[in-house]
Amino acid sequence: MSTAIKVAGLWKVYPREGGKKIDTDDPEILQEKAEKGEAVIAVKDVSFEVASGDVFVVMGLSGSGKSTLIRCLLRLVEPTRGQVYLNDNEITNIKQDELTRFRREDAAMVFQHFGLMPHRSVLDNVAFGLKLKGISNKERYDKAREMIDLVGLEGWESYYPASLSGGMQQRVGIARALAADPPILLMDEPFSGLDPLIRREMQDELVKLQTEMNKTIFFVTHDLDEGMRLGDKMAVMQEGSFVQMGTPEEILQNPADDYVARFVQDKKKQFAMVQGGEKELGEDVS
Amino acid sequence: MFPETWKFEVAGPINDLVDWLLATFSVFFDGISSGVLTLLLQISSILEAIPWFIYIIAIAAIIGFTSRRVFSTVFLALLPVIVGMFGLWDLAIESLAVVITAVVLALIIGIPMGMLMAEFNLLETIIRPILDAMQTMPSFVYLIPALMFFGLGRVPAVFATFIFAVPPIIRLTNLGLRLVPQEVQEAALSYGATRMQLLREVRIPLAMPSILAGVNQTTMMALSMVVIASMIGAGGLGYEVLISINRINVGRGFEAGISVVILAIVIDRLTQSFAKRYEPPSR
Repeated sequence: MSTAIKVAGLWKVYPREGGKKIDTDDPEILQEKAEKGEAVIAVKDVSFEVASGDVFVVMGLSGSGKSTLIRCLLRLVEPTRGQVYLNDNEITNIKQDELTRFRREDAAMVFQHFGLMPHRSVLDNVAFGLKLKGISNKERYDKAREMIDLVGLEGWESYYPASLSGGMQQRVGIARALAADPPILLMDEPFSGLDPLIRREMQDELVKLQTEMNKTIFFVTHDLDEGMRLGDKMAVMQEGSFVQMGTPEEILQNPADDYVARFVQDKKKQFAMVQGGEKELGEDVS
Repeated sequence: MFPETWKFEVAGPINDLVDWLLATFSVFFDGISSGVLTLLLQISSILEAIPWFIYIIAIAAIIGFTSRRVFSTVFLALLPVIVGMFGLWDLAIESLAVVITAVVLALIIGIPMGMLMAEFNLLETIIRPILDAMQTMPSFVYLIPALMFFGLGRVPAVFATFIFAVPPIIRLTNLGLRLVPQEVQEAALSYGATRMQLLREVRIPLAMPSILAGVNQTTMMALSMVVIASMIGAGGLGYEVLISINRINVGRGFEAGISVVILAIVIDRLTQSFAKRYEPPSR
């Protein structure tokens, strides 16, 4: 199986509020600056590979740098150091117009706060990516309708995002991402803003969609349960670095350090209970 | 007494500078002058060609269609009739022509300027204090450069009105574009929007309410300036006010003043009703 996403030695360092611009990519100097309080390290020497067709989950608490990491993949945030490859093409060294082409063709993103256009109908929102590509009206609306049906929003095409519930808005967000039919989906805490029942429902649907489409999904979450449920592979992120990477089971069984251990503690208890035979209890986990 | 020896003259050099400017760039100023005059004459001939009742019907139609309130529609449509009854209709149209010309120029120059300011931070840091200064300057002051470069008449009046009225549209275009939510812009970028596409598809539509508020402000500023610009030959209602001040004819001034207010109210409502149509749908 080929590699869909490859990240090598990725750093993202921000200057402190009002501080000088970061003009170096030397790890030692960056480290030094951070220690002196001149800079904040958001992503620190992160490397990983995602095989195509896999769901890769990055889990971490807020402030662990996971949102910055996902933005670095499309250079929505410009990395300070390191390389990002999408489908074996390096995107960290290409020019703006080529980057635009990559964003249009190779990957689509789903956002925690949806990022829908309030002035466009559901249909136009879903067709947005296709419009940017310059695809004709008829073709892109046909495609958009197809995607709207796929996420179960038929009948809502002419409504505006403001009149939809959070769950429905995120369905629009997912439909928009799928409309361009990219091989890679980047999802930045897509279900975090939704209430637990809807969240569960959306997770199930994503799993279902994934079995049909077989995309490569890079999924960021702060919810361990969500990560376990969706991920083929998982990484735990803390203060900008990956502290552990492996399958959800590996992480559950052999937490690499105290931080991960504390993270998975509760989950482990539930897991033990389920294995103890009380399967109904496991269903309540959320 | 202020020390006599500290006396320092700038009036002389400034006059010399202006003379030099006028002599050197006379072609330039003449070009602007004739361009503005052509526009003004076009607009004013169109406005004069429209019979009075068409204005009333148009106002009623626009207000009625956007507000759907019977009282305010009838009220706003009948207000201009009062101006006609005072016998000031033609003068009001004359003022309106100057206002519209100045506003058209302000929009043509102000909106792109605001966009550039929103696009380039450096430009904002440069232009912002200039706008601040322009808005704190007494409106009278703008008569001086207008007079200097274009002499007396309707062209300098348009010029002074334009200068006075242009800051709000620049400011509010810039502000509107900058206030477009970051997450929406980021989403657009992640789908491969170029800078131009981002502007056209996302930022301008979402900034539209703010830009139209700017149009409204600019129009109101132009209207207040057109009264003052009557001192350098704007004519119209402002000139009527000026005459009544000179002759201490309170009644005549009152009629003209009320007419200006009526013009302001109606134009304000009209531009606001356009702005309302561009609010993003909330349900």
